[in-house]
Amino acid sequence: MPFTLISLLHLLTITAESHGFSGYMYPNEYELQWGLLIVVYPYLTGLVAGAFILASLERVFKVSALRPIYRLSLLSALAFMIIAPLPLLAHLGHPERCLEMFLTPHTKSAMAMFGFVYAWYLSVVLLLEIWFDYRENIVRWSNEKRGIKKWFYKALSLGATSVSPESIKFDHKMGKIITIIGIPSAFLLHGYVGFIFGSIKANPWWSSVLIPIVFLFSAIVSGIALMLLIYMITTMFRWKQISMACLNKLGELLFYAIMIDFSLELLDFIHRLYESEESISILSEMISNRLFVSLIVAQIIMGTLVPMVSLGIARFGRLPDELRRIVYFIAALLVQVGIFSTRWNVVIGGQLFSKSLRGLTVYKMELFGLEGLFMTILFLIAPILILFVLTKILPPWPSDEKAVIRDTEKVVTAK
Amino acid sequence: MKQDKPCIPRREFLQTSAKKIPGLVVAAAALSTGKTLLAEENSEYNPEDHNYAMGVDIHKCIGCGRCADACKKENKVPLEPEFFRTWVERYVIPVEGEARVDSPNGGIDGFPEIKEKDEILRSFFVPKLCNHCDNAPCVQVCPVGATFKSRDGVVLVDESYCVGCRYCIQACPYGARYLHPTKHVADKCTFCYHRITKGMLPACVEVCPTHTRVFGEEGHRSSPLMRFLRFKDVNVLKAGLNTKPKVYYAGANGEVR
Repeated sequence: MPFTLISLLHLLTITAESHGFSGYMYPNEYELQWGLLIVVYPYLTGLVAGAFILASLERVFKVSALRPIYRLSLLSALAFMIIAPLPLLAHLGHPERCLEMFLTPHTKSAMAMFGFVYAWYLSVVLLLEIWFDYRENIVRWSNEKRGIKKWFYKALSLGATSVSPESIKFDHKMGKIITIIGIPSAFLLHGYVGFIFGSIKANPWWSSVLIPIVFLFSAIVSGIALMLLIYMITTMFRWKQISMACLNKLGELLFYAIMIDFSLELLDFIHRLYESEESISILSEMISNRLFVSLIVAQIIMGTLVPMVSLGIARFGRLPDELRRIVYFIAALLVQVGIFSTRWNVVIGGQLFSKSLRGLTVYKMELFGLEGLFMTILFLIAPILILFVLTKILPPWPSDEKAVIRDTEKVVTAK
Repeated sequence: MKQDKPCIPRREFLQTSAKKIPGLVVAAAALSTGKTLLAEENSEYNPEDHNYAMGVDIHKCIGCGRCADACKKENKVPLEPEFFRTWVERYVIPVEGEARVDSPNGGIDGFPEIKEKDEILRSFFVPKLCNHCDNAPCVQVCPVGATFKSRDGVVLVDESYCVGCRYCIQACPYGARYLHPTKHVADKCTFCYHRITKGMLPACVEVCPTHTRVFGEEGHRSSPLMRFLRFKDVNVLKAGLNTKPKVYYAGANGEVR
C-alpha cells in the first residue's frame, strides 16, 4: 500500500532526525497539535472530489472513453466520503460534542462552515446522483430478487417504482442537473479544505491564496490516479477485459492534471522564494532539514516528476498495451504516494517550525492509540472495504460489459 | 349592630400601613421585574465598564520567572514544560549575527549562564502571554464559539463547550494556547479572570518584584495602564497581522516576536 510505504519512509526520516528541536520554539509548540489523522483527512476528501470530477467528465462533457468507470467513480467517491470525516472526529478532544458544530455553529469559522459544505455534498450531490443513476436498476432488482434482498431494494427505491420511458428520461435529466451542480460543489469541497489551512495568517507555510487551488488540482490528480488503480484492480479480480481506451484516457487526463498541479506548486514555491518574506529562512531550513525526504524525494521526484515523465511516454509513445498498463499502474501508485506526501508536507510541515520563526521541532508519530499509525491505516483501508460492499449492493458493472467496452473502443477510435 | 371596639384601632392600622406598604410595593416591583433587580443587588461588577489590557516593560524584567510560576499555581496549569499560560523568554543579541532566544521551563527555574563564544551586544527578558487581541484570530476560527471575547475585553475559553479541535491553537500567532492534557480542551491566559472581576490583580502582576507587568484598563484615565501607555514608547507583537493585541510592550525591538 502506498500510504504504509510513505509512512515507513517518514518514520525513517524521523529516526534519522531524532536530534529533536533546534533553535527556539514557543513552549506550547513543542508538541504538534495536528498529527497523522489530519493528514489523512484532506487526502481522503481529495480522493472524493477527484473521483467525482472524473465521473462528471463522462456525464456532462461526454468523455465517452470514461463510460466503463462512471458508476465505479461515483461509488468510490461515496465510499471515501463516508470515511473522510472520521479521522477528524477521532482527533477531537471531545468527540461527543461534535454535533455542536452543526447545532450551534460559529458562522465566522471556516471549520464550522465546512460541516455544511460536507453535508451538502454528501446528501444533495453524491447520494442523489447515485440514486437517480441507479433507480431503474434498483426497481428491476427489487422485482428480480427474492426474500430480504427484494425488500432491501424496494426500500432503496423509496417507492419510486415507475420504469416508464418518461420517468427514466427524468432520471437522466435529474442526474445531469445534479452533476452540473456537483462540479462546483466538488470544487468547493476540496477548495474549502485548502481554505481551512490557507486562511491561517499566523502560519506562513499555510497562509497563501494559492493553497485552495493547489489542493483542488492535487485532488483531481489523486482522484484520477485512484480510479485508474481501482479500475485496473477490480477488472483483474473479476477476470474481465479492461478497456484500453478508458485506461489511455485516464492516463492522459492524469498526465495533464499532474502538469497543472505541478505548475501551480512551482508557482507557489517561486513566489515565496522571490518575495522572500520574514519566514523564508526558517522555511528553507525546514525543507532542507525536516521535509527533504517527504517533499523533495517523495512528493516532487517520486510523486510528480517520475509519474509525469512515465505517463507522458506511456500515453504518447509507442508502447505495447501490456507495458503501457504496467506503467500506468506504477505511475498511479506513485501519484498516490506523492499526494499523500503533499498532504503530509502541508499539515505536518506547517507545524514543524516555530511561529517565532526561530526554530524547528520534530513530529513523533504514535503507533497505537486513536491518533496512531495503525488507526490511520485502518482509516485508509476502510473506504476500500466500504467500496467492496457498495459494489455488492449496487454493482457498477454493466451486464453487457463486453459490448460496452467494444462500443467505447469503437467510439474512441472513430474520433 | 353595635361594635364595642374595632379589631384594629384606626391609628394603629394607619401606622402599620405606613410602615409596610412601601416595603410591599418594592417587593411587588422586585417580583415583577424579576432578575434585573435581584442582579443589581449583587452586581457591583459591570463588565461593560471595563476593558482590560496589560503593559510589559522589558527594561524592568529580571527574568526571575516568578510570574510564570505564580500563573501555574494560581490557574492549576499542568506542570510539564509544554504547557504555559505565561512564560519568560531570554534574548541574547550578539554583536554580529542572529538573536538567540531560550525559555527553559518557561523561565520558572531561572536561566542557565550564557556561554556564548561570540561577543554579546545586549541581552534582555520578554514575558509572554495571551495578547487578548481585539481582532483575535482564535475567536474567529473556533467552530463552535467556545472561544469568545468577553464584554470586558478578555478572550476566554468555555471549557464545557470546546470540542478540542485545536484550530484556535493553530490560528494563534503567539503560541499562547495549548491543549489541556487532561481536560482535552484549549487553554490559555484569562488575565486571571476570577481575580480581576473581584478587583484583584492577575497573579503574574501581583508577584512581579520589579513592576514589569502593569495591569489596567484601556480608556480609564486613572488606570495605571494609561500612565504606562502615556509615558512609554510601546509596541505590540506581530502588528502586521492586524490582530490588535492588548498586551503592550515597552522596549520591544524588532527581534521580539
